[in-house]
Amino acid sequence: MHLLFKLNMNDANATTENRSLWTTVQVRHSALERNKRCILAYLYNRMKKIKTLRWEFGAVLPPDIRELLSDDEYQWFSKYSGNLALYMRSLGQDIGYSGIDLTENLKPPKSLFIEVLCVVDYGKLELEDGDVVMLKKNSRHYLPTSECQTLIRQGILKQIM
Amino acid sequence: MESTEELQFSDDEEEVTAETVLKTLQSAWQNERLSPEILPHQNDMVECMLGQIQHMERNINKLSKTDLRTSIHKMEISRIKFIICNYLKTRLNKIEKYCIPILNQERQRIETDTNYLTPSEYKYAQEYVLNMENHMKNVVLNKMPGNMQVFEMNKMAEHPNLQTHVFLKANETINGVVLEDLTGEDEEIDLEVNGCPNS
Repeated sequence: MHLLFKLNMNDANATTENRSLWTTVQVRHSALERNKRCILAYLYNRMKKIKTLRWEFGAVLPPDIRELLSDDEYQWFSKYSGNLALYMRSLGQDIGYSGIDLTENLKPPKSLFIEVLCVVDYGKLELEDGDVVMLKKNSRHYLPTSECQTLIRQGILKQIM
Repeated sequence: MESTEELQFSDDEEEVTAETVLKTLQSAWQNERLSPEILPHQNDMVECMLGQIQHMERNINKLSKTDLRTSIHKMEISRIKFIICNYLKTRLNKIEKYCIPILNQERQRIETDTNYLTPSEYKYAQEYVLNMENHMKNVVLNKMPGNMQVFEMNKMAEHPNLQTHVFLKANETINGVVLEDLTGEDEEIDLEVNGCPNS
């Protein structure tokens, strides 16, 4: 792009004396503009994809995805994550809620309890009402939906139809 | 759903019952999901509902684990939570998609005090635009030749498509609504209660 620009500048200076080079300046300028638009569109689409990643994986990205992002993109991702967390914390602050996690409840709940199969060894899981469940590989459990959501998204549990 | 709420709220100190709050929240959620642009916020309803969810949860925890009642109430609570989460999420998505026009409109509206965004949403939108601008600048624009380095707001803005088709449901009878058709002819429709014309 710099090359195009330099050529253009030379010709632009030349046209102040001589009108015949006007069209070359125009063409090069529109080429420059088009390049700029393409680059910005590419960046913007990458931004959108990274945003969906945040909603799927939470604030911490798995390492194989992390290495696909450039450093600037990772910075943007952490800022976006921070902004989102700030917003979620400010929800319901007036009544004394510590904020609602909007990344939960992505699908309308169909039933209170679901049956899950444990894919990896996780260890002990404490439920809201105090029961402790031992999560070993290939063990089946019948657990309340709210507890399972985060674990299913992380890949530790798998839902059995 | 209405009868279970009456069970929990024997002391109606508020003039608005839980039922009406839920109904307004539901219709606000429907409208927000189906309309292409962002609508005025219903933050009071949301906060009211959140307070009532807290109340319900406290009541449920007091009851022992007698299956039937607790599970029904828990189901209801999770459904209401889903509605609230989804409502806030659709608004957030619309803010992110159309952030620049929304911020411009909001600046004009702040003077007339008819905000569409809550204060925290407004802060979120501003942070978001700033973030995007800095990202673009650092990655691309600073490396471009001289006169290309401007981050042009109006060109980056995505405007909501106000020409998409919407389904309407009339609450009252209105006669003679004039619609502009694509060819420039005016079409007159009578809206009856609970009729659903597609426009």
